[in-house]
Amino acid sequence: MSARTRRSSDQPERVLAVWVPDWPLVAAGVGSDEPAAVFVANRVVAATPAARAAGVRRHMRRREAQARCPALAVLERDAERDARRFEPVVQALEAFTPRIEVARPGRAAFPTRGPSRYFGGDRALAERIIIAVQAVLAHEPPGTTAPIGADDQPGRANAPILTVGVADGPFAAEHAARTAYVAAQRGEAPVWIVEPGAQADYLAPLSLDALDRPELTEVLHRLGLRTLRDFAGLAERDVLGRFGPEGAEAHRLARGLDARPLRTEPAPPDLVVTAELDPPAEQVAPAAFAARGLADELRRRLDARGSVCTRVVVVAETENGERSERVWRHASTETGRALTAGAIADRVRWQLDGWLNASVRQRPTAGIAHLEIHPDEVTAADGRQLGFWGADPGTADRAARAIARVQGLLGAEAVSVPEYAGGREPAEQLRLVPAGAVDLTADRPAARPDWVSAPWPGQLPHPAPATVLAAPTPVDVLDATGRSVRVDGRGTPTAAPDRLRLDGRTRRITSWAGPWPVDERWWDPERHSRRARFQVVTDDGTARLVVLERGRWAVTATYD
Amino acid sequence: MARGELAEQIRPTALAREQRLSVLPALGELIPGDGIRRGSTLSVDGPAATSLALATAAAASQDGAWVVAVGFPSLGLLAAAELGIALERFVLVAAPDTRPGPDNEETVWATALAALLDAFEIVLVQASHRVRPRDGRRLVARTRERGAVLVQVGSRGWSEGAEVTLEITGSSWEGLDEGHGHLRSRRVTVVGGGRREAARPRQVELRLPSAEGAVEAVLPEPVRLRA
Repeated sequence: MSARTRRSSDQPERVLAVWVPDWPLVAAGVGSDEPAAVFVANRVVAATPAARAAGVRRHMRRREAQARCPALAVLERDAERDARRFEPVVQALEAFTPRIEVARPGRAAFPTRGPSRYFGGDRALAERIIIAVQAVLAHEPPGTTAPIGADDQPGRANAPILTVGVADGPFAAEHAARTAYVAAQRGEAPVWIVEPGAQADYLAPLSLDALDRPELTEVLHRLGLRTLRDFAGLAERDVLGRFGPEGAEAHRLARGLDARPLRTEPAPPDLVVTAELDPPAEQVAPAAFAARGLADELRRRLDARGSVCTRVVVVAETENGERSERVWRHASTETGRALTAGAIADRVRWQLDGWLNASVRQRPTAGIAHLEIHPDEVTAADGRQLGFWGADPGTADRAARAIARVQGLLGAEAVSVPEYAGGREPAEQLRLVPAGAVDLTADRPAARPDWVSAPWPGQLPHPAPATVLAAPTPVDVLDATGRSVRVDGRGTPTAAPDRLRLDGRTRRITSWAGPWPVDERWWDPERHSRRARFQVVTDDGTARLVVLERGRWAVTATYD
Repeated sequence: MARGELAEQIRPTALAREQRLSVLPALGELIPGDGIRRGSTLSVDGPAATSLALATAAAASQDGAWVVAVGFPSLGLLAAAELGIALERFVLVAAPDTRPGPDNEETVWATALAALLDAFEIVLVQASHRVRPRDGRRLVARTRERGAVLVQVGSRGWSEGAEVTLEITGSSWEGLDEGHGHLRSRRVTVVGGGRREAARPRQVELRLPSAEGAVEAVLPEPVRLRA
């Protein structure tokens, strides 16, 4: 890729932003009149208008959302599906201009200078784009790999809404697209155009939440600032001194400037990383694996120069010479200020997934033989963000990279991280999620004990067992006469437990306590569980948690 | 401003901690020298070895260190949290099945461990098989080179390289009776050994876990006055 024309002033270039609101739901094939919400780690990340009308909000816990809207369809986030379904939209946009930037599925943007002149102005361009993308959205989904149950009638009555914003700079354009959404709700055209140079005035009355930087916003709120105008009124050097580069970046956005001053440089060619795939990859997985290695390599080269990368161009070519090229930008809502190796690898996977699973007409005719990543916007790494908002993210980054390598060696499922969940048993209160499914460099509230706020009556007293068996081991708990101990309807054991027979060996029980009864999900005949739990210590000094359920005893945990 | 003053201000404040990872006060006597020296290897064995290994990592984890546990298929996560591990910086890695046979399985395991030592401050490892002496030496050397801390749990380690060895020789549970009470705490006797500053033999009584789930030193029984 040749070096792009660099802007010569501090004024951002004019950008058109396309936004499909609630993309995860659109990609899942849910109509806007059905109450549904997409969840990540038990929190709402997107909801349909029908669900919002019932009171479902972002960041809400699942239980609360379901309480407000009992008919709510609960969907899990599927980033790959989101990206795959967005690919036809991006292809439709590519008919207008080759430089499409995708911050994340559901949002795309491009500089309008050329296309606006060609199509006769920003508004004319915006209207053409709406028609083109609407056509894709109405006919293209659900695509070839639609899950069963997804809406598969072409030309749905309830086509997803689409908005377009045009302004100077991607930040203002993105918000213009939001304003366009509000206009569309009033029955106007879903287009909002901010006149050239007017973006600072347009942004001024917006709430600080528009910055989408919750930690910063919270501090500013405490300082008595409410709108972007208030924030923009602070002196730049004070903001930099107090809030570091990330704060300074937000300050520039609030003033209607580009997030970064023009320090970005055309990337030197030695930063471009390439891989030849032999044999060519017909499936996404092997290509994505190669991409992961490329992203790590790129990261190493950038580290060596003390740089970070905020935008990459990903190029894939097949044996037959077909080519897919896409610009990916670091989204302002992501953590950190630049693309991490993991984020780049994810984007390559999305792009390839969209390409290889496109409709027959657009799909390449051969496997992917060549992969290239160009760092398109490289800027100096301004050091680690120590202290102000928490721990050193550098170590988290390192850990995430090491994990990626270990996943390559042992398999993706070999690495997992704990998250809190509600439950009464030691095995339920914390669960393991695959490390690939979470961003370790981001704040993870689900890994903190205050994540589960509601009390769970029936939890066992402290301390917790150090070994929790994945599958309970059957045992016999016998009384002094050698009969199996039972628990009667009032929760009293029929006799004192005296011996424990485990793996053919019998041990004397020296002390015991219980039962702690649990009666769960009595309303659900299939999952109803009634059990009695005992702690027993045997003569070898080992303490165990044994459970009686449906007449069978099993060891579920060892206090070792 | 005098140059010395300026240097004082610029110097990273973490310097004092750089060479040592802090440990819980209750373990201060077992791990001499005011913390675990970076680059060192610990070996923990005995009936409550998992709990003790987690406890050695707890203080550093609270301070911001990343901890990974390799080869603990049924680790009680709640117990880990109670012992003081910060779960947002805790990662579990399943050991590959080690079928007897091709020895490259073992090499993969050692390579994965080496990768983890590059990035994590503390690596807890429970080997499900005998570790080849060559791999063991390599990992101990890697630990030293990267300034990580390697904690071997259980008897299948390769403890000849360990700076600090901790062995639990006695353990008994408190709080449970014939049909009432509940498991409250466990008294363990830990015998410490090792090399260099840890060479002096020492024996400590701990509550591991204590009634709150953490670790505490067992203080000498107060003298009771007979009524």
